[in-house]
Amino acid sequence: MTMSPPPKDMEEKAHDGARGHAWSSSPQTGNNKSGRRPSRKRAPKVEGLVGMRGAQPSQKQKEWVRGSPRPGSPRREQTERRTRCEALRGQEQSPAMKTGGSRRKRDGRASFKEQRAPPKKDKELLRKEEKWKQLKKPRSSSLASGTSGGESLSEEEQAQILEQVEEKKKLIATMRNKPWPMAKKLTELREAQAFVEKYEGALGKGKGKRLYAYRMLMAKKWVKFKRDFDNFKTQCIPWEMKIKDIESHFGSSVASYFIFLRWMYGVNLVLFGLIVGLVIIPEVLMGVPYGSIPRKTVPRAEEEKAMDFSVLWDFEGYIKYSALFYGYYNNQRTIGWLRYRLPMAYFMVGISVFGYSLMIVIRSMASNTQGSTSEGESDNFTFSFKMFTSWDYLIGNSETADNKYTSITTSFKESIVDEQESNREENIHLTRFLRILANFLIICCLCGSGYLIYFVVKRSQEFSKMQNVSWYERNEVEIVMSLLGMFCPPLFETIAALENYHPRIGLKWQLGRIFALFLGNLYTFLLALMDDVHLKLSNEATIKNITHWTLFNYYNSSGWNESVPRPPLHPADVPRGSCWETAVGIEFMRLTVSDMLVTYITILLGDFLRACFVRFMNYCWCWDLEAGFPSYAEFDISGNVLGLIFNQGMIWMGSFYAPGLVGINVLRLLTSMYFQCWAVMSSNVPHERVFKASRSDNFYMGLLLLVLFLSLLPVAYTIMSLPPSFDCGPFSGKNRMYDILQETIENDFPTFLGKIFAFLANPGLIIPAILLMFLAIYYLNSVSKSLSRANAQLRKKIQALREVEKSHKSVKNKDTDKVSGDTPKSSKNDTQLQITKPEPTSHSAIQSQTLDKKARDTETSSSASGTLLPASPHLRGSQPPGVKPDSGKLQSRTHPWRSASGKSAQRPLH
Amino acid sequence: MPGGPSVTRPSPFPCPQMRSRGHPKAWLSPESARQGVTAGQGHPSTRWGAAARPSTPETEVRAMGSKQTVFTREQLEEYQDCTFFTRKEIMRLFYRYQDLAPQLVPLDYTGCPAVKVPYELIGSMPELKENPFRQRIAHVFSEDGDGHMTLDNFLDMFSVMSEMAPRDLKAYYAFKIYDFNDDDYICAEDLQQTVTRLTRGELSAEEVSLVCEKVLDEADGDHDGRLSLEDFQNMILRAPDFLSTFHIRI
Repeated sequence: MTMSPPPKDMEEKAHDGARGHAWSSSPQTGNNKSGRRPSRKRAPKVEGLVGMRGAQPSQKQKEWVRGSPRPGSPRREQTERRTRCEALRGQEQSPAMKTGGSRRKRDGRASFKEQRAPPKKDKELLRKEEKWKQLKKPRSSSLASGTSGGESLSEEEQAQILEQVEEKKKLIATMRNKPWPMAKKLTELREAQAFVEKYEGALGKGKGKRLYAYRMLMAKKWVKFKRDFDNFKTQCIPWEMKIKDIESHFGSSVASYFIFLRWMYGVNLVLFGLIVGLVIIPEVLMGVPYGSIPRKTVPRAEEEKAMDFSVLWDFEGYIKYSALFYGYYNNQRTIGWLRYRLPMAYFMVGISVFGYSLMIVIRSMASNTQGSTSEGESDNFTFSFKMFTSWDYLIGNSETADNKYTSITTSFKESIVDEQESNREENIHLTRFLRILANFLIICCLCGSGYLIYFVVKRSQEFSKMQNVSWYERNEVEIVMSLLGMFCPPLFETIAALENYHPRIGLKWQLGRIFALFLGNLYTFLLALMDDVHLKLSNEATIKNITHWTLFNYYNSSGWNESVPRPPLHPADVPRGSCWETAVGIEFMRLTVSDMLVTYITILLGDFLRACFVRFMNYCWCWDLEAGFPSYAEFDISGNVLGLIFNQGMIWMGSFYAPGLVGINVLRLLTSMYFQCWAVMSSNVPHERVFKASRSDNFYMGLLLLVLFLSLLPVAYTIMSLPPSFDCGPFSGKNRMYDILQETIENDFPTFLGKIFAFLANPGLIIPAILLMFLAIYYLNSVSKSLSRANAQLRKKIQALREVEKSHKSVKNKDTDKVSGDTPKSSKNDTQLQITKPEPTSHSAIQSQTLDKKARDTETSSSASGTLLPASPHLRGSQPPGVKPDSGKLQSRTHPWRSASGKSAQRPLH
Repeated sequence: MPGGPSVTRPSPFPCPQMRSRGHPKAWLSPESARQGVTAGQGHPSTRWGAAARPSTPETEVRAMGSKQTVFTREQLEEYQDCTFFTRKEIMRLFYRYQDLAPQLVPLDYTGCPAVKVPYELIGSMPELKENPFRQRIAHVFSEDGDGHMTLDNFLDMFSVMSEMAPRDLKAYYAFKIYDFNDDDYICAEDLQQTVTRLTRGELSAEEVSLVCEKVLDEADGDHDGRLSLEDFQNMILRAPDFLSTFHIRI
């Protein structure tokens, strides 16, 4: 078959020759030195032999013939090349050659190829081939009848052809999944199409096709739509490219911060929509306008400066008396023509901000955990995945490619380090000692700073009682706090160097420690705030009296004509309380803004200016600034993440008292996204050890959840146990804020519902409900534990099975090797075996390789030895009646008869 | 030779335009049903690929262009059946191909010219030029393994690399790409080459050999010291990123 294309007139003869060879195991080829280059002379003899065997149409023999040597061919590569050659030659053949026979040849080729197709397809192919085999005979006869022009097809034949047509159709549909070169695909496709075309009509079975085609079309369209929709969804994710860019430069750990920031932005957008849509807009549109009542008016004393920027900057003046703050809202039960229950809405939105946040945090934590469990088995293939799937073929930018190269290198290095570390055990005691020491030091630091904060706060309370305190004494708390915040994290980092953790784990420790430190910050802040609130509350009673008396005096003052009612007191002149809720809101607002500014200024000074300095002063400096001391800044992941988390805590706490706070936060996140993206790209360098953020990172989320819980507490406390201000906010005039619920239930719901609610609020019912919840949690927890245990066991079992399979395979391999090596005589039988069934184990390419080797041996040995005849008849005999030898050869996979023939072929050996 | 009743073609070239025989077409898709059914040999016949991927008249017009015909309709249909591309994408790919060597590639492919674009041009495509395995890709997909590509090879390559291609197909070709010495096994030597290309040789020899050792340790199912296609598929089947990274958008 390797010969060059013969002249056209000889083509057929050459083929006959090939056929002669194709009984490759049979004696004829024995004399053939090349084993695959049959002489033309031999051809007639072969024909004769074939003729003796009789009645089979020569086409079939040809198939048998053509295909057979291939499995025995020495090397796959060669085979493939030859196949290609043949394909080429086939193209050059005269039209006369293009008969069913040649098509079959191609089929033979195809099925051989299919043997090498990926295993997943094997089953399908197997099925196909089996059918094919069954169909061989009928089909040829039908072909014959087709040539003769007769249309007399028996039922059976029709059914078979129909089946075949279905096969072909399937082939056409899956053509693009085949790992063939285009030329082959095209040829196959045309074959199949022609076949389908020819026989579909002959069978006259056209019904149901339209429906099938339609369904296929719809399925395709649906898939396409889904894909487009997915693409659209991914396109809708903002900053994807920016983050990818950062990830390629700085690794996934830095990118994880930006992803977290983006997630936070999304959550805040939802909160913002909730608050703006349900509280602010209704109040602005339908509530009483600005200036109509005292709480919506700037007091006379402040009017002068209410528009000054310095005042506005402190959120005083007009901003204080705007819808951004709690105090602006009226306690009217319903507003506008919609009869919108604003106080109720305000309360419910305040609750649902927390509800939504809790839900979304827990949901994303849960989905992360799910991801981590499915990821579990990939641990077995760390290096393989790194090697074969780490290069992103989409990369088309040289800079990105450079980054990818470095990141792959780093990840390899890191995995190597991990690997070595897991193997290294000798220093375990030292490491343990160092870690304990480090933790001890850090706990000392934390305790010290905690005590310091406590001490300073105590002192500040004393100072606040004293008169004429100095500037330092007034600001002592803030100064101490910021000093702690400045110096402790680097100190922790230095101590953490002792521990020698993997940077990923180190980051977690660092985050946790700084978090603990910042909790002190939070604690002092809340404490100060609470003091303030209590002070204001205690003053409230007197102010209430004053207001009352002012109004009383105003209306009852003598010297005014009693008959003419006095014009109502201008709202700006009404004395009013301090409205502690608004004060708290303003406090949070200021904190958020100043925090944002401090962050930006730190970035500008600490990162950008430093980078500029290092970059440009490097030309005229004594030492290398870039490599030496100042160098460029690394992106501070832990600080930024914690900043984000604590900031979010502020938002949660403050949003009840300052509905506009979430809007400010959305702006802040938006700007910091762009600003930090720019800053990180322009003035930071990647970490020394670029480390991969673990995909199932619940650590940020866990911290966030903790902060959410911590910020829920004070808000819940104020709602449940502090009386609202008497003259501002939607709950003014009520004893407690949650009274709004009772009021709504009593006034707006039918009475029996009110009774039900009252019944539900009974502690006798609530306590059992809580108990029930605990029980449910306990039950679910134990269920999940047992499930995960079962999971682990199953995984172990699978592992064990795989091991067994492996060892089994290798043993088998050795056996076959021994067989082929030990008995040269047997090799021809092996060839037989191979002809019938090239691959003993369905998926083992290795086996087929060894068989290939064997086959090579066989060919040489068979050409040498002359005793070949007994084998082939035996083999032929062993085949079941319906199976043609050619098709048998084509069956690459496990067949019931395969093992039988294999055994029979091997029997002579032993 | 007893000619089977199969279709006698004037020429067996794998080039679609040579199907000169009038194809009786039953365009079964709803849109294309209008396009009329020509009675060929007296029986309706179906082209399933075409039915599944209907050709709308507009794409036809656009694809064929008013000035000249790059492909015949049959060629386009067949390319659609054999690749994961739509008509439009095939045309786009063709123009990309043509742009690589405008003086070499004719704008008329109905005659199926045997044109090959040399590897130097293929490898300089922006999609490939940064890829450390571009040579291997071209090698695997080119007909003679020399990296020079015909249009068919070109389409093949991007079809396999498209995001529609199934995992198995991708895995098969990925295996061939990483099999540097073409012996149908990924042996330690191939692995070393892969690592060296991935890291631009920045790992030391010991590190490279450690990595190769680890990979073999992890993925070699039958302990023969090299990865067979089966081992490779077994491993790649579990890789979470394989489909998203083994993918070239064009």
